[in-house]
Amino acid sequence: MTVRVEVRNIHPTAGQHIVRGAAKLGVYGVKRCEVVRLYFLERDPGDEAVERLCRLLLADPVTDVWRVVREAGVVAPKSPTSGTQALHVVEVAFRPGVTDVPARELRRSMAEIGLPDCETATGVRYELEGDLTEAELRRLAQLLLCNETVQHFALGEIAVHFGHETVAGERVEIIPVRDLDDAALLALSKARLLSLDLDEMRAIQRHYVELGRDPTDVELETLAQTWSEHCVHKTFKARIEFVHRNADGSVRSQETIDGLIHRYLRAATDAVWPEWLRSAFVDNAGIIAFDDEYDLAFKVETHNHPSALEPFGGANTGVGGVVRDVIGVSARPIATTDVLCFGPQDFPYDQLPEGVLHPARIAEGVVAGIGDYGNKLGLPTVNGAILYDEGYLGNPLVFCGCAGLLPHGKHPTCAQKGDLVVVIGGRTGRDGIHGATFSSAELTHETGEIAGSAVQIGDPITEKGLIELVEAARERGLYNAITDCGAGGFSSAIGEMGEALGVDVDLCNAPLKYPGLAPWEIWISEAQERMVLAVPPEKLPELQQLAELWEVELSVLGRFTGDGELVVRFNDRVVAQLSMHFLHHGLPRRTLRAEYQEPPPAQPLPEAGVELKFPGMDLNDVLLAMLGHPSIASKEHVVRTYDHEVRGGTIVRPFVGPALDGPADAAVLKPLGTWKHDRAFVLSNGINPLIGRIDPYAMAISAVDEAVRNAVAVGADPDRIAILDNFCWGNPTYPDRLGALVRSCQGCYDAALAYRTPFISGKDSLYNEFNGKPIPGTLLISAIGIAPDMHACVTSALKTPGNRLYLLGETKVELGGSLLNALLGERSGAPPSMPQKPLERYRALHRAMRDGLVRACHDLSEGGLAVAVAEMCIAGRLGAVVHLDALIESADAGALIIPLLFSESNGRLLIEVAETDAPAFEALFAGQTLTWIGTVVEEPRLSVVVNGAAIIDLQVEQLVKAWKGQ
Amino acid sequence: MKPAILILHASGVNRDAEAARACELAGGAPEIVHINQLRCGERKLTDYPMLLLPGGFSYGDALGAGVRLALDLQVYFHDQLHDFIDRGRLVLGICNGFQALVKAGVLPGVRADRSATGLRAIEEMALRRVTLTENAGGHFECRWVHLAVNRRAKAAFLRDIEDLIFCPVAHGEGNFQVKDAEMLAEIEQEGLVAFRYVDAEGRPANGVYPLNPNGSVADIAGICNRRGNVVGLMPHPEDHVLPIQNPLGGAGRLGLALFQAMVAAL
Repeated sequence: MTVRVEVRNIHPTAGQHIVRGAAKLGVYGVKRCEVVRLYFLERDPGDEAVERLCRLLLADPVTDVWRVVREAGVVAPKSPTSGTQALHVVEVAFRPGVTDVPARELRRSMAEIGLPDCETATGVRYELEGDLTEAELRRLAQLLLCNETVQHFALGEIAVHFGHETVAGERVEIIPVRDLDDAALLALSKARLLSLDLDEMRAIQRHYVELGRDPTDVELETLAQTWSEHCVHKTFKARIEFVHRNADGSVRSQETIDGLIHRYLRAATDAVWPEWLRSAFVDNAGIIAFDDEYDLAFKVETHNHPSALEPFGGANTGVGGVVRDVIGVSARPIATTDVLCFGPQDFPYDQLPEGVLHPARIAEGVVAGIGDYGNKLGLPTVNGAILYDEGYLGNPLVFCGCAGLLPHGKHPTCAQKGDLVVVIGGRTGRDGIHGATFSSAELTHETGEIAGSAVQIGDPITEKGLIELVEAARERGLYNAITDCGAGGFSSAIGEMGEALGVDVDLCNAPLKYPGLAPWEIWISEAQERMVLAVPPEKLPELQQLAELWEVELSVLGRFTGDGELVVRFNDRVVAQLSMHFLHHGLPRRTLRAEYQEPPPAQPLPEAGVELKFPGMDLNDVLLAMLGHPSIASKEHVVRTYDHEVRGGTIVRPFVGPALDGPADAAVLKPLGTWKHDRAFVLSNGINPLIGRIDPYAMAISAVDEAVRNAVAVGADPDRIAILDNFCWGNPTYPDRLGALVRSCQGCYDAALAYRTPFISGKDSLYNEFNGKPIPGTLLISAIGIAPDMHACVTSALKTPGNRLYLLGETKVELGGSLLNALLGERSGAPPSMPQKPLERYRALHRAMRDGLVRACHDLSEGGLAVAVAEMCIAGRLGAVVHLDALIESADAGALIIPLLFSESNGRLLIEVAETDAPAFEALFAGQTLTWIGTVVEEPRLSVVVNGAAIIDLQVEQLVKAWKGQ
Repeated sequence: MKPAILILHASGVNRDAEAARACELAGGAPEIVHINQLRCGERKLTDYPMLLLPGGFSYGDALGAGVRLALDLQVYFHDQLHDFIDRGRLVLGICNGFQALVKAGVLPGVRADRSATGLRAIEEMALRRVTLTENAGGHFECRWVHLAVNRRAKAAFLRDIEDLIFCPVAHGEGNFQVKDAEMLAEIEQEGLVAFRYVDAEGRPANGVYPLNPNGSVADIAGICNRRGNVVGLMPHPEDHVLPIQNPLGGAGRLGLALFQAMVAAL
């Protein structure tokens, strides 16, 4: 008989957010909500045992009460305050096969206290008080309490699944392809979620015609995974016929591009390749030198589609995935970053498209998922951004980054003939099947139902074990190659690792979460927290010992053969046999068409628009509105839920200034184990999809400048910065989407050369469309740089009254894609361009920092000068007087106040310098545009003055309140 | 010779390396030991004068913060651990380590005489009258806090810490609560409060967020046992061992002082 344990907190606080969340959904009848934890045992171990379990483990003796229910059927809930209010019950539990760590730990604990083993499960019971109709209750369950992608619910008592599978395993299908016509080939691709196009299906067909047989399901799935956009980046490798048109439609230029990566991204890296660059594009993560002993690895991934469907699990496994990328270059992960793009948080529920989770729910789940994984791994989450735009409504973006430290020269990359194929970490289940191909499909309102199995929930503690085990194994030299099991699962990891040698594996050796998986499912499952190692047979015992110590499961699947064949068996029976050559080189190269038309010339200045939106053109109101804009406003409510201190090396943290709440430009980190010198490293990012809407080329220039400028602003050496690209784009088979992508890549190339910064890794996430509408093409540039002296690092907070404020760089009339234009609903205007000799400028600034001449520094980005100086005041809780007159004399912008305040020209920073240091400071910038524009003042008040009259005059407290939304 | 400090690692523990560094800077000789190395006898608790349980998410905190690790302590190491404590050796639990000591019933310790009552070892877990529960704010939070040593604390070595300690908290379940007013009075009267949350001037936080970051009763950030040799606290003194780590830029108020005081007491 199943045993059910209910545990409730006697001081319930957990339900308050449910009441608030219900009101947001328009369900106002919920007066109170109590959250009850549920535990289920499949077999009854007896009264005494269950009581023992509850007292010791399930219920806290101070805060909880518990009761045991053995009878099936409806349980009348006791509620201390139920009174006359009706009590409604919703219970939620995981679907079978979804990772349920508490259930697993419960089972292990039972063994530890000597109880008989049995299956366990967990759930949550919501007791809602108030007058609610069944329809309202159902709505709450579906939109607030349960995510049906991974959970199921009942109005009343839930029947749980104990993770048993009933489907028979071992079945291998032969898929007839040889006689199919084009329509049937495409239908097959669609039906099996292969995401292969006609050319690709034909190539497979031809291959099997030559072989004189049909493929097995394992073979077909292997090809689909290996050839997926996710794994092989076919768009970025495709030949592109590109037409660049002027605004009037006439052809400006026309060319054939020999692959975007080859022509622009790798080309830029090859052109600038500095001596400190260790590895770019070839491995799971990019690698640069840190000091004589150590290198730094950095990688940024996206997890957009999973996060759209199951925000917590999607973001959770997004962090897990990128951390494994870093483990996959034999590095110890030491920090994470995250950049998030959501729809507007106040979007009306009644206008939400079918099948879309509300942006507020997505944001809440994503943030919780990132925090859960990063915090539990013990990795500081130190840098990021959150942007809000209607364009991300059906398709949020979740960029997860991870940096790692590895001893130089300790990352083996070459499997040897005879090496064993060893898998370590989590078990394989049906979770995450078709993730790789699913990421190459557009989202529709039905995707959630079809692709539910592609989304999972992570298990950070298992991943933590991988980190420890791989580090220990690396130190002892126990493997010859390593890779993570990401998209495509074993099929990709083992298929890639064995490309040169060939490999023979038996899937019956893979540990499974539950029985019943078909071989193809085991082979392509993207179950999390797994790595594959190539291990020389004589090293296996030592590795096994370590794995036991670190409590990591290890299995040997097969060996690298040297015959160039991929052989997959199940209980010795061959279920797939493919030539590695066809698998890795049989994919027909795509030729794609791309068109880009320049936007119409910039409109006149929007002064009139400002006047309309802000009557009397009260610039105080404009500034306060900007500070309160969700994309600018304080992200403290999110960032505080991430541990940014763990590992004790966060030197410049996300919060700066005396109140520890000011915005930082970038993070400075000192890795554990390297404290014998003063060198540290910097993580920063640049992203601005608003500019991309006007000009994707300008977006790329601006993103690179922003990432570099942020890094330099805290103390990175501009000659030691490397960058990563992440493109999130719509469906590239449409020429307009692809044309914009081409322009963006061209911008990346030009910027990388201008800043002499190499791309070391990158990733593209395409097909980000919802019901046929693309997201705004979004480029994230992430930067990793070296700060030669952590003691010389600088923050954005104003420090001392009387100090001077300098503006470095030229202010141009560049309001296209600016925050001001966004507030005005204005979509035209010239976007920010490439600054003059930016690298020289940043070198001079860095020199000044090294010489100790810079007291504070903040970059100018969204909202321009006005927002930047306001943020410095907020961070320092000090006032400033800024004289625009000084700029009016020197700037291109002439006497135009609006662009001087709000233009988002690149390459600009605000710098605080002590009066006595001013001459030495100015001397470093000979021949550059450096303007003394103001002074730090004691009185906490920001005044911007033109011709003796204050055009902005605000108390710092007002700035703080607007920015913090108080 | 530098005193050896055993830093206990279990699955999901993650602040072990920083804790080791703090011990080292304080003049100790830390060694990170996996709980499995203790279980199989490869290392022995008795070989060390001090045990440190560092922060993290042991076993994912899947059944509540520190509960699974507490179970390990009770099931596998009950006699060893009590013997260790009874001999007056030092134990420090930080964050998850503190949670584990509390959930195990080791800190502040169950009053009943274990041998006299014939109490089954593991029952200490169920008899405890204090806990660390979900933050009043309802979520994980990371921020710097000021701590003051309770000058009346049974752990006398804490009095060597002259200044306040400024260091981060990073937890979701750090809200110290007691079963009843009686228990709180007992803790206060017997000098079992080790640290309290205070403001930058050292005045009581009085339960005011964010000075008291999690809603702990009586601003209690850390406690000790009746013998004064087992101390636990939620904040992370190991993350402020050098001035450069201080986000306010000062040179004092180092968390290192706690480690120095403990090493000096060995």
